[in-house]
Amino acid sequence: MSDPHERLFTGGLPARLANSAHLEGARKKAVETGRNRLVIVAAVFACAFVVLAGRLVHLSSMGDAGSAGPVAEGGGDISLARAEIVDRNGVLLASDLTTASLYANPLQVLDAAEASDKISRVLPELDRGELFSKLSAPNRFVWIKRHLTPRQQHAVNALGLPGFAFLEEQKRVYPQGNLVAHIVGYTGVDNRGLAGIEKRLDERLGAAAGDDGARPPLRLSVDVRVQHVLHHQLALAVEKYRAIGATGVVLDADDGQILASVSLPDFDPHRVDRASADSRFNRASLGVYEMGSTFKIFTVAMALELGTADLADRIDARKPLRVARFMIRDDHAQERWLSVSEVFTYSSNIGAARMALEVGAERQREFLERIGLLGRASLEIAEIGRPIAPDPWRKISTMTVAFGHGIAVTPIQMASAVASLVNGGTRVTPTFIADRRGVRATGERVVSDKTSQAIRLLMRLNVVEGTGKKADAPGYFVGGKTGTAEKVGAGGYRRKALRSSFIGVFPASKPRYVVLAMLDEPQGTKETFGFATAGWTAAPVVGRVIERAAPLLGIEIGGEEEEEPSQRVDPGRKGRQLASF
Amino acid sequence: MILPTRADPSVIGKWWWTVDRWMLVALVALSILGIVMVTAASPAIAERLGLESFHFVRRQFVFLMPALAIMIGVSLLSPLAIRRLSVVGLVLTLLGLLATVVVGHEVNGAARWVKLGPLVVQPSEFVKPTLAIVTAWMLAERHKDEDFPGYGIASALVLVVLAFLVMQPDFGMAVVVGTIFFAQLFMAGMPTTWVAVLVVAGLGGVSLAYTLLPHVTSRIDRFLDPASGDSYQIDKSIEAFANGGVLGRGPGEGTVKLALPDAHSDFIFAVVGEEFGLFAGLTIVAVFAFIVLRGFYRILQERNIFVLLATGGLLVQFGAQAVVNMGVNMRLLPAKGITLPFISYGGSSLLALALAMGMVLGLTRRRGGWGTAT
Repeated sequence: MSDPHERLFTGGLPARLANSAHLEGARKKAVETGRNRLVIVAAVFACAFVVLAGRLVHLSSMGDAGSAGPVAEGGGDISLARAEIVDRNGVLLASDLTTASLYANPLQVLDAAEASDKISRVLPELDRGELFSKLSAPNRFVWIKRHLTPRQQHAVNALGLPGFAFLEEQKRVYPQGNLVAHIVGYTGVDNRGLAGIEKRLDERLGAAAGDDGARPPLRLSVDVRVQHVLHHQLALAVEKYRAIGATGVVLDADDGQILASVSLPDFDPHRVDRASADSRFNRASLGVYEMGSTFKIFTVAMALELGTADLADRIDARKPLRVARFMIRDDHAQERWLSVSEVFTYSSNIGAARMALEVGAERQREFLERIGLLGRASLEIAEIGRPIAPDPWRKISTMTVAFGHGIAVTPIQMASAVASLVNGGTRVTPTFIADRRGVRATGERVVSDKTSQAIRLLMRLNVVEGTGKKADAPGYFVGGKTGTAEKVGAGGYRRKALRSSFIGVFPASKPRYVVLAMLDEPQGTKETFGFATAGWTAAPVVGRVIERAAPLLGIEIGGEEEEEPSQRVDPGRKGRQLASF
Repeated sequence: MILPTRADPSVIGKWWWTVDRWMLVALVALSILGIVMVTAASPAIAERLGLESFHFVRRQFVFLMPALAIMIGVSLLSPLAIRRLSVVGLVLTLLGLLATVVVGHEVNGAARWVKLGPLVVQPSEFVKPTLAIVTAWMLAERHKDEDFPGYGIASALVLVVLAFLVMQPDFGMAVVVGTIFFAQLFMAGMPTTWVAVLVVAGLGGVSLAYTLLPHVTSRIDRFLDPASGDSYQIDKSIEAFANGGVLGRGPGEGTVKLALPDAHSDFIFAVVGEEFGLFAGLTIVAVFAFIVLRGFYRILQERNIFVLLATGGLLVQFGAQAVVNMGVNMRLLPAKGITLPFISYGGSSLLALALAMGMVLGLTRRRGGWGTAT
């Protein structure tokens, strides 16, 4: 230990004996050592600050990975981002909204009782007891509440409880609300599709595992404007005729694109938990119904196409038709020989049954199969009804199917089958998607152009002077057919419970759109003289829908009708004979 | 602003030309940054405590003016006056520490505060600078006169203070006080063997605290293995830096402060990271580094051993607090309740640090080789 100032510490004797020069030297040396040590301390600090700066850069560049802990613990519970859904004009139908979901790490919650007290005060819908047991469980992750509003999130934050945090999640919102609820469907709390297009096209809309690329919006064939018109008119009719439900379809006659599809009652896709099963039921695509007289369109088309009947033919409708224990009668019985057009406009069951018998069961079935009425429609929606067809297909089946009984199909199927007949005779496949290509090209021919033309004329005639008069929309040349079916109840058909429908096409000379409206159990009013049949209830709905939707769809009013339809269809008949009906 | 000329013989004039103006500017800048940061971080806390939103901001302002006045006032003093001030200050703070033990005002489970009329004062904040000056004086005296029991007196004082701090308990503060004294001994030229012995003793003290004090045990456990228990504050803090990224989320846009109980004091650096981003964080680190290193640079040529040790001790205090606080915020060190100098909210802390840095400014003024204090 020769260093002099080291002795300072040992309090050693030699320093005391040292002379003043030596002391001065020692002090100089002490200052020198002090400086050297100072440099060391400063260097330590410099290193510390460099480390801090480096750590800061490291942490800041971690991005959101820093919060990856709880995300990983949450696992697959985190809801996925989905593609937007828009209508044919780009109007938003479904979109994602980023919301905050509250979770807790019970291990970090200091006082479960206090925390559950406070949380349940801010979020009164949560049960305090349940919350307490959740927070006392030895877990690291429990959901408290998904999808909080910003106000709720703020309230929870203001509590300042440790152990609680938020995760960003995607919540589906439907700006059009009830309007397209049955078509678009809805998603669950984890943003997985549970109904409608959301369910059927879940893969297309949702991000697949490991794929977080942005998805282009899904463009539907639906036109929100037309949808609104149809929805509004059906809702008015439901109210007016005190019906228990209604459905309607507007479909492009050429390519099968569905512009509108309504089912009433409907529901709010944001509050599915509150919706009844009946309101969630999609009558347009899932419900299968006996359509009644509108089926005569197919019977007549079939007979004309197969040549078993001709517009000039007369059919015996003098008295009810008896088959085994069944009796087929006419509602508007004429009790005479009827022309084919009269069978159509008077909606003669007897006539239709006789025409079908001429064709025969096998060919009838084949024909209905060809226009897509016997199998499930291929729609981009989860809810698709399977038609109910007679099995075995007896003679009586042939006769009842001819006027739409004993067979049940969905309204969308019905509309597309009619479209296939009136568009010139090419098979139409209904679709909810706008960008589907080449449908028109692949559509097979189902009837000849001549038959198609004949059907259009018959339908037009029926509106001009038959049961469908109230469906006319001046200037748009509506053609159509009424159908009133008695609903099946316990022990047979119920005479007072009707399903009234009308299927219209316009403009009849070259139909662009098919419009179907169906009311479930409408009640007659004073205005309808107590009638609840299709001509009084469903037909006016179609007329008003066309009146309002046609301008939106760019169909020009007016134009020339080729000639008086009754003259072309039934040349031998006196012009205004049916006007008295 | 009219600057005094070099020839100005007044106290202010002499002060202006001798004081380290760069460090002065850095310290004022730091306290202004502090106001900004407290404004960003504290309303969330204030609202949570049922106080008016800008309660803490207002109080920080109220303390800032006297703090700057103290800093500049003290920097006008000569080394001798600073030493005298510190002796009186140390006696008062020791009485204060005694009072915390006897009539302590308990906050967050520790009795560190004494009520002085409307003010709540934390004596342990003021013990750090005053003790550093007194120990520096003792060590310097020992250099002058080898008969003088400087080491004994200094060590006894430090031990008394440490005892008080451990009783409160304020383990973090005890570590800072211990570190200052150790650094002073080191700079005083303590032999390497002794340095090693003290390092071992320090580590021993830490392990003793680890075994005997449960909250120290758990804090260190949680630092070594974050999964072993509640590392909530630190997790949140780390999340804040990650959220902030390079440019930050913007003032007031941070979310972590909503979940951090001490966002306005011990974890204010995390709020800076989240709301103002990497560059603001680096700026703060740089300002601290500048102040500390500049201080050391100023005393490098110092021939007066008392000034050297006193300034060194104060700079170590300032630098250590900054490093420990930021290190804790970024999970480089175990959780410890230490404020970030001039940035964190806290009246006592601000006033005490202003006192300390005023002393540094005063001690590092350019002097014409006089040695009144030696």
